[in-house]
Amino acid sequence: MGRYVVRRIIQAIPVILGATFLIYALVFLLPGDPITALAGEKRADPTVVAVLQERYHLNDPFFVQYWYYLSHLFTGDFGEDYRGNAVVDVMSAAFPYTINLALTALGIEMAVGVTAGVAAALKRGRFIDNVVMISTLMVISIPVFVIGFVLQLVLGVKLKTDYGFDFFPVSFNEEAGFRSYLMPAYVLASTSLAYVARLTRASLIEVMRADYVRTAVAKGLSPFRVVVRHGLRNALIPIVTFLGMDLGGLMGGAVITEGIFNIPGVGHQLFQSVYLRERTIVVGIVSALVLVYLFANLVVDLLYAVLDPRIRYE
Amino acid sequence: MSEPTKSDDLVVPAAEPAGPVSLPGQAVGEPSAAAGQEPGEAPAATLTKAPAEAPAQAPAEAPAETTGKPGKPGKADTERVASLWTDAWYDLRRNPLFLIGALLVAFMVALAIAPQLFTGKDPQSAGFCQLADSLKRPSADHWFGFDVQGCDVYTRTVWGARNSIVVGMLTTTLVVLVGGALGLLAGWVGGFWDSLLSRVTEIFFAIPLLLGGMLIMANFQKGNAFTVSMVMAVLGWPQIYRLMRSAVLSNKHNDYVVAAKALGAGTSRILGRHILPNAVAPVIVVSTINLGVYIGAEAALSYLGIGIQSPAISWGLMISDAQARFLSAPHVLLFPAVVLSITVLAFIMLGDAVRDALDPKLR
Repeated sequence: MGRYVVRRIIQAIPVILGATFLIYALVFLLPGDPITALAGEKRADPTVVAVLQERYHLNDPFFVQYWYYLSHLFTGDFGEDYRGNAVVDVMSAAFPYTINLALTALGIEMAVGVTAGVAAALKRGRFIDNVVMISTLMVISIPVFVIGFVLQLVLGVKLKTDYGFDFFPVSFNEEAGFRSYLMPAYVLASTSLAYVARLTRASLIEVMRADYVRTAVAKGLSPFRVVVRHGLRNALIPIVTFLGMDLGGLMGGAVITEGIFNIPGVGHQLFQSVYLRERTIVVGIVSALVLVYLFANLVVDLLYAVLDPRIRYE
Repeated sequence: MSEPTKSDDLVVPAAEPAGPVSLPGQAVGEPSAAAGQEPGEAPAATLTKAPAEAPAQAPAEAPAETTGKPGKPGKADTERVASLWTDAWYDLRRNPLFLIGALLVAFMVALAIAPQLFTGKDPQSAGFCQLADSLKRPSADHWFGFDVQGCDVYTRTVWGARNSIVVGMLTTTLVVLVGGALGLLAGWVGGFWDSLLSRVTEIFFAIPLLLGGMLIMANFQKGNAFTVSMVMAVLGWPQIYRLMRSAVLSNKHNDYVVAAKALGAGTSRILGRHILPNAVAPVIVVSTINLGVYIGAEAALSYLGIGIQSPAISWGLMISDAQARFLSAPHVLLFPAVVLSITVLAFIMLGDAVRDALDPKLR
């Protein structure tokens, strides 16, 4: 187990290096000069520009700049942006929001998606199954931002003005705490939620045909125990795989959701940084997201062994 | 999934012209071409496997089928086992999900090819937008109302179909060509190329589509349907690569491939005749579903302001323009949003239906 984890971490190194290189190259290619972007509408003082260019190695070739970045990265230093703020500070200010949002979304996905999938699988071909299948198909097809606007209008505005029920803040509000995350998280989770429901349904239908489920029923276990312990547990592997892959997508997909609900998280920060040509912030955030993705995949692989004792890692 | 095709391969070598290569091509072409066809109307494919369900049809169709195959007159209906494709086509024609999806897709493609047929106005012409009409509600003359600039939303929505369909089709084509070719290479050649390409796909998988799209698109001053497609293809090819690679790997050492090799078949013949037909089914399913996903992604990029740029018309752009006044004039946002959703839905339904038809396990 320990050796397996170490091996996986070593395998992840080229992926991390490759991804940061790719991102760095893309950001480096961005047209426009970051120092000019810093000065805004005003014309920057040439001496200041020269000093800043020297300080951030902007006159060096691409590979030299990348090397500077990488060598700092190995000492845990993400560098600083063109305003002199440490990238670590910028990221640690933004990440908590996105982590809260993504974890809430993941929770909603698991709770609602798996429940809907189980209900559909157990009543296959009946009314509830059709409702789940059709509604998930619709949710998958509607763009996230449209779901966001409509929910914002219905839950955030209409519910308050028409029914006097003030529960969901229209826009992110730090003081409202967890309540503030519910609607954005639901919007963020919507597409994946639909996939989770469909995946759970398909997986559970398959598992419920297995011999061990028939045995469990035959020996008189309660239906709940049959479904949850013998059915769902074995059906979970594809679902857990999907959820693990999805966590990275959720954090990346937060660009749109955070924009709609004004959440000052990573997506918001990233979107601004792309425009301000803040290379170090963009590379830092995307690299961190890649790390999250790889870590989530590792956790998923380790969870396989928990879900299915036949799987062992050497 | 590959079982029926495999058995087909084993039967066929005696009769060259009926090779499996012609079958997939034929069956793939049919669903879209015959989109509007009635389920009862007999298309060219024969259904010898289901005589009980279609006793009247089978004899009538058999002659039409056999004439297409030189050198095998009359033998076809007794000897030929229904292939995966004829079976799938039989299922598809009876699947309402497929029929609705195909009809919708056909309609959207018609919108994209000839928007003039559906609206008399040209959204790029002078005087199309009259500020006096700003944000007017839908009416009998103007079904979708007007946007803030006083442009007719219906006309713009109709003309916006072209960019979405072009992006979807172009991206899918590029992804299938690039991902398919590289997957074939990695699976068949193996060794160094396989390791290299597989590491590269891991890198691409770790970067979310929207993030990567945002980074690359920010490099283009003026995004259009072509640049958006290129960018999404660059980020999307690993998916088809993996499918193709695993299909090649799982078939590479099968008896019929070894047999073909022993008989002296060249690489291109083995790949084209024995490996590719087994990979086509999953690639078609995933590509059809992804076509819808790419259309949605284009809308998302345009919505963020880094996809297709005005004055070109894109549903994502229309939604983005309408969001500021969503409270007072929801129709400006909702009409393009609904049409966009229906388009995505159509492709996903089509893909779902094709998957159900091609997956023998679900029967």
